[in-house]
Amino acid sequence: MSISVKLMRRPEPEKNSYLRAALSGMALTFRHLVNPAKVTQQYPEEQTDLHPRWRGTHRMEVHADGRPKCVACGLCPTVCPANCIRLVGGEDDQGNRYPVVYEIDEFRCIFCGMCQEVCPVEAIHVGRHFENAEYTRDRFVYDLDRLMEQDHPTTLLWDPSDPRSE
Amino acid sequence: MDALQPVSGTALYIAIVVKVLAVFGGVLLVVAYTTLAERRVSAWIQDRTGPNRVGPFGLLQPIADGLKNILKEETLPAKSAKLFFLLGPMLAVFPAFITFAVIPFAAPMPTRWGVVDMIVADVPVGILYILAITSLGVYGLVLGGWSSNNKYALLGGMRASAQMVSYEVALGLSVVAVLVLAGNVTLTEVVAQQQQLHFWFAFPLSLAFIVFMASAFAETNRLPFDMPEAESELVAGYHTEYSGMKYAMFPMAEYANMTTSAALMATLFFGGWDLPGSWDNAFWYHGQLISGFAADGSVMLAHPALWKTLLTFAGFALKTVFFLVVYIWVRWTLPRFRYDQVMALGWKVLLPTALGYVMLIAAATLVLDQLGVRWGFTYGFALTVLSGLATAAFLVFVDRGHTIFGAAATGGQRDIVRRGAPTPSHVGD
Repeated sequence: MSISVKLMRRPEPEKNSYLRAALSGMALTFRHLVNPAKVTQQYPEEQTDLHPRWRGTHRMEVHADGRPKCVACGLCPTVCPANCIRLVGGEDDQGNRYPVVYEIDEFRCIFCGMCQEVCPVEAIHVGRHFENAEYTRDRFVYDLDRLMEQDHPTTLLWDPSDPRSE
Repeated sequence: MDALQPVSGTALYIAIVVKVLAVFGGVLLVVAYTTLAERRVSAWIQDRTGPNRVGPFGLLQPIADGLKNILKEETLPAKSAKLFFLLGPMLAVFPAFITFAVIPFAAPMPTRWGVVDMIVADVPVGILYILAITSLGVYGLVLGGWSSNNKYALLGGMRASAQMVSYEVALGLSVVAVLVLAGNVTLTEVVAQQQQLHFWFAFPLSLAFIVFMASAFAETNRLPFDMPEAESELVAGYHTEYSGMKYAMFPMAEYANMTTSAALMATLFFGGWDLPGSWDNAFWYHGQLISGFAADGSVMLAHPALWKTLLTFAGFALKTVFFLVVYIWVRWTLPRFRYDQVMALGWKVLLPTALGYVMLIAAATLVLDQLGVRWGFTYGFALTVLSGLATAAFLVFVDRGHTIFGAAATGGQRDIVRRGAPTPSHVGD
């Protein structure tokens, strides 16, 4: 793609005028002044449409009976480049593995989404959500219950046949 | 008719107190809402929305700002000159708020106790009082800048003093043209003469208006002349070290000065509270409130009414607000001049222009008086044509071909003007 350069021609020194230049500048600003189209977004009332592949706050998918889908395979803490996931697995009477402790430190997380990509049972997801302000720092370590409570939409994984998600 | 006597006795004192409180409160209110207007208009010009959270349409924003400034910590630099540091904001804000006293803001109001002039103090020195008091305002800036013990603040203060002194000359001389025409320095008389001339002085004195407007921008330290503040060069200029309410007094002074000079532009050049037509004309002449003179020289009595007062006040407010908006509009359009450009424009362009124009107007007035032209439409029309020619000459000979260029465009030449003739090369010398 070539870059187009707009050449600004300076007026002839004999013909230019500060007052005229100032008045034409004021005409320009006046057009913007009365133009009702503004770029400001009234944020809390007007929300941004997040991209389908936006990677934000995590959530843990749950079964119909309320158990987490996680099978404590240990792939996500292994793949996590920021080492922000703490997982302690356990086993119940039927031999099903489940997470005893599952914590994600949202401050350490770099939101790469590799936990979601690597999960074999589609349990952990990053989501289309970013409003997670808190009053204390320790509130940013999300435990299993908190991850299961999240109800925002999950992130769409990248599809090589549709690289721009169109 | 005893109803048309000016108020006297106890009613006079009550009227004075009411007017003082109303004008002071009004100016404070205008100052507060000009800060909001500045933020809103600048936002609109930049395709933003501006503050709209506090109250409906952000209308309570000035109150929130005021509370914030009162509650903020007052800092006192360790090595400042404490007395002058405290004195600076007071000296800046005090003259700014008392200048409005001599500006008439509506037609005289008839009451049961007599006619009340809609002006706080109709002092005989009028405009001279404004010039004298506004020059005091610069002491606040210089003292605040110097006592901060901060190099940027000091530079800002020095620039303020140099700029105010330079432009006061051009400002005063452009006002002299008005005074020559009005024949008096009281602002009520200036308004009355504009009513009698059937011309607002902006037309017969168009060049004086241009010079006055440019000088007033410089006097109030507004862009493109905000050298004392110059936030891109001097951090925040003279008020770098101030915080809280002491800081807020400097912007308050600036906006109060803006309001006064906007009102002054309206009064000197756009008829003050005068509205088109002769129905609202009223001024005191030998103890009688008259609206003008008949063809045979006899007086025509004025008929003041409350609705006339209110309507003329609305007209005055509209003119003042218009010039306030122009102030804001210009600020968010034009870039700041360089310091040497400001000085050169003041001394080399505006001062000679104003001086020559005063002589031209004085000569023209003398000629018209000698020819026996009556003060009225013909008089004003002749001066309008003459001033139109002078303004055209100013635009052709002074403005055209002399655009203020950047240092790069003039090839390192440290002169604000680039003449139409080929630029002399200093490089080879």
